[in-house]
Amino acid sequence: MGLVSRGTAAAGLGPARAAVRPRPPDAVPNLISTPPPEGAAPGSSRVPSMVLKAFFPTCCASADSGLLVGRWVPEQSSAVVLAVVHFPFIPIQVKELLAQVQQASRVGVAVLGTWCHRRQEPEESLGHFLEGLGAIFSHEPWLQLCRERGSKFWSCKATHRQVPTCPATSGEDQVMLVFYDQRKVLLSQLHPPAALPDRQAGDATASAVGLAAVFDTVARSEALFRSDWFDEGPVRLSHWQSEGVEASILVELAKWAAGPICLLLTCLLSLVSAASACRICPSGGCCFAAFQAQDRARLHGSLHGFMRPTRMFKLWPLSFVWSKLSTCEQLRHRLEQLTLVFSTQKAKNPTQLMRKANMLVSVLLDVALGLVLLSWLHRKDRIGQLADALIPVADHVAEELQHLLQWLMGAPAGLKMNRALDQVLGRFFLYHIHLWIGYIHLMSPFIECILWHVGLSACLGLTVALSILSDIIALLTFHIYCFYVYGARLYCLKIYGLSSLWRLFRGKKWNVLRQRVDSCSYDLDQLRLLVVTVQGLIHLLVDLVNSLPLYSLGLRLCRPYRLAAGVKFRVLEHEAGSPLRLLMQINPLSYSRVVHTYRLPSCGCHPKHSWGSLCRKLFFGELIYPWRQRGDKQD
Amino acid sequence: MEDEQSFSDICGGRLALQRRYYSPSCREFCLSCPRISLRSLTAVTCTVWLAAYGLFTLCENSMVLSAAIFITLLGLLGYLHFVKIDQETLLIIDSLGIQMTSSYASGKESTTFIEMGKVKDVVINEAIYMQKVIYYLCILLKDPVEPHGVSQVVPLFQSAKPRLDCLIEVYKSCQEILAHQKAPSTSL
Repeated sequence: MGLVSRGTAAAGLGPARAAVRPRPPDAVPNLISTPPPEGAAPGSSRVPSMVLKAFFPTCCASADSGLLVGRWVPEQSSAVVLAVVHFPFIPIQVKELLAQVQQASRVGVAVLGTWCHRRQEPEESLGHFLEGLGAIFSHEPWLQLCRERGSKFWSCKATHRQVPTCPATSGEDQVMLVFYDQRKVLLSQLHPPAALPDRQAGDATASAVGLAAVFDTVARSEALFRSDWFDEGPVRLSHWQSEGVEASILVELAKWAAGPICLLLTCLLSLVSAASACRICPSGGCCFAAFQAQDRARLHGSLHGFMRPTRMFKLWPLSFVWSKLSTCEQLRHRLEQLTLVFSTQKAKNPTQLMRKANMLVSVLLDVALGLVLLSWLHRKDRIGQLADALIPVADHVAEELQHLLQWLMGAPAGLKMNRALDQVLGRFFLYHIHLWIGYIHLMSPFIECILWHVGLSACLGLTVALSILSDIIALLTFHIYCFYVYGARLYCLKIYGLSSLWRLFRGKKWNVLRQRVDSCSYDLDQLRLLVVTVQGLIHLLVDLVNSLPLYSLGLRLCRPYRLAAGVKFRVLEHEAGSPLRLLMQINPLSYSRVVHTYRLPSCGCHPKHSWGSLCRKLFFGELIYPWRQRGDKQD
Repeated sequence: MEDEQSFSDICGGRLALQRRYYSPSCREFCLSCPRISLRSLTAVTCTVWLAAYGLFTLCENSMVLSAAIFITLLGLLGYLHFVKIDQETLLIIDSLGIQMTSSYASGKESTTFIEMGKVKDVVINEAIYMQKVIYYLCILLKDPVEPHGVSQVVPLFQSAKPRLDCLIEVYKSCQEILAHQKAPSTSL
C-alpha cells in the first residue's frame, strides 16, 4: 500500500532527480564517499521502504551535543555511528580529520547527522543551529538524534534532501536504534570469518555483508579512536577511548623485550636441533646447514631424513629404535612447537596468532605440571621406594606366568590337547621368561640411578615424563608382547582356517584339532589387554595435553566477547510513538566449537588407537603395535 | 502491545503463547513449555534410591548410597541446565533478522540469530515423528550458489512442539513482516 506507492513515486520522479533514483541491488555501491561537501552525495542509494538502522555506541549515549561521524552502508540501509564531534569546531578541520582517517583506514567515514542532548539549554537556538549544519555537511539521509535529559526515550529523524513532490509520502524514514558496545565489537572476532582474510594494499573496500560489515567498520577505524580529550587537537571527539587511550605498561615492555628474546631463543633452539641431528650423523655438512637460522624448514627436513633407516644404514638399529620410542616423538614435537612460537616472524592473521598463543600456554602449563611432579617424586625418597618395589613385582609376575604355562602344558580345565605342540610352545615361552628374569636381575643395581635421572626429565614437561613412563612399560613388558605376537599369529591363522572351512563345516565333521591354541591365546590376551589399556590411556593423555587449545579456552572463559559466534539483540523499553531501541550484544562461541576450531595438530596417533579399532584388532587377530608405525601421519 | 493465549502441544500439554508487538517492524513470540512435574521427579528419585539400597544390601558398602545421592543430584542439575527448556522465544525484526532464544530451567539462555539477507522464507512443514504426522514451523535459508535453492532448513519451537493452530498465528505474523522484504524486489 504505502510502501508500493513510495516505490512508484520514486520511479516517477523527473529527469532532474535521476541521480538519486534507487539503484538495482546488484550494482556495486561506491563505499568511499568523497568528503561530504558539494552536490548530491554519491552514497545516496538505499533500498526504499527498508527500515533505517542506526548503530549507536553506548559510550556516546551520555555525550554532549554535536555531530555524528560514521559510515553509511546503503545496501542494508544502516548508519554505523563511530564518534561524536563536539562544539566548538571549524568545519574545514573536521573535513580534514575525516579525510585523514579515511586514508589511514580505507573506510568511508563521513558526517552522518547531528546529536542533541538537551540538558539545560533552551531548545530553540540549538535546534536552528543544528539544522543549519545540515547545509554545510550534506549527507543523504541526514540523521537527527535527540535525547531529553532524564528521559529514556529518544527521538530520531532521518530526512532526505530530495523530498518527492507527492504529498502522500514524507521525506522521512522509520528509524530503528541499535546500541552496541564499541570496545567489545572492536576486539571481537567473528567465527566464521565473514570478511576476506587477506587485506591487500589495493583492496580498498570492506567487502563484508550483513552485520559483519558493522564489525569490520569498527575494527578498521582504529585511527579515529586514537585521539582522546586530553590531546590538544583541533577537533574534540567522543568515543570509547576518549577518556584516555587504553594501554598497559607491562604489555608495552613485553612487546619491546619480545624482539631480542625471540632472536636469542631461536638461536638456542637451532643449536639444539643441530646437536641432536649431529648425534645421529657425525658429518660436518649438517652442522653447517643448521646454523642458517632461515633454513629451519630444511633443517627439519634433514632431521627427518636422518631418521629414515635407508639413508644411514650403518647406524640403522639406533635410528630405528630412536624413531619408535614415544619420548623422542614427544621431544621432537615440543621442539617444533617452540621453534614456531619463538620465530621472529610476526603472525600473519588472527588464526596464526591464536595458534602461537595456544602453543605457548600449553608448553608453560606442561612445564609447570612437570615441576610439580618432580617435587613430589623427590620428596620422601619415593624414587628409592619405587626402585625397591620394582624387582619383587617383576619376580612375582614371572612366577605367575610360569604357573600359568605349567597349567596349560598339562590338562587345562580337563581338556585333552595335543601334548607335543603344548610342550614345544610351553618350553619356548618358559625360556623367554627365564631370559627376562635374568636380565632384570642384571639391571637391578642400576635401576635407582636410572629412575632418578629419568625423574629429572620431568622438568621438560609432564608429557615428556608420561612418554618416558610409557616407554618403560613397553620395554619391561616386552616379553609378554612377544607371547602375544606368537599367540596372535596362530590365532589369526586359525581364524582364516575357520572362515575358509565354514562351508565344509556345515554338515561335515567337527574338527577338534583347531581348538587347541584357543585357550592359550585368550588367557595371554587378558594380560596383554591390561598393558595395552594402560599404554593407550597414557598416549591419549599425552595427546590431550598436546592438542588442547588452552589459551583459546581461557580466553573464552575470561573474555567471552573476543571469540564471537554471532550477535544477539534485546529490545529495550519501548513507548508508542518513539523509535524502537535495540541492544546488540555479542554471542560467544560455544566451548566445543572453540576446541574444534583451534585444536593444535597432535602427533597423529589418536585415530589409530581408538577403543573401537582396538577391540576390532583384538577380535580379528590383527597385530597391535605399541609404538608409532612409520606410516602414521606426522605433524 | 501484549497478548497471551493458551494452546496445546502435540502430546496434549498446555502451552502459553505470549505475543508482543513492539512496532510494525518488530514482533516477539514467547512459548512457555509445561514445567517439570513433581510426580515424575519423585518417581525417578525413588527408583534410583531403591536400586542403590538393593545394591547396598548385596555388597554391604555404604559408598553405594552416597554415590546414589551424588548421582541423583548431578543428574538433576544436568537435566535442568542442559535438557529442560522452559521458554522458547522468536524475535523477528524487519530488515535485521530473526532471533531464536531458548531459556533452560536453570536460567541458561542460548541464542541464535539469522540475518534477514539469508532468510528465504518461513513455512509450515509436515514431518513424521514416531507414529504421528506433525506440523512444525521452519525457516528456509538461501543458497549462496543457487538463487532459487534452499541451503538449510532451521526448525523452530522444537521442544515446545505446538499444534497447528498456534503455528498458524505465528506464521501469519511472520509473513506480514517478511512481506516488507519481498515488496521492493517485486516493485522494482
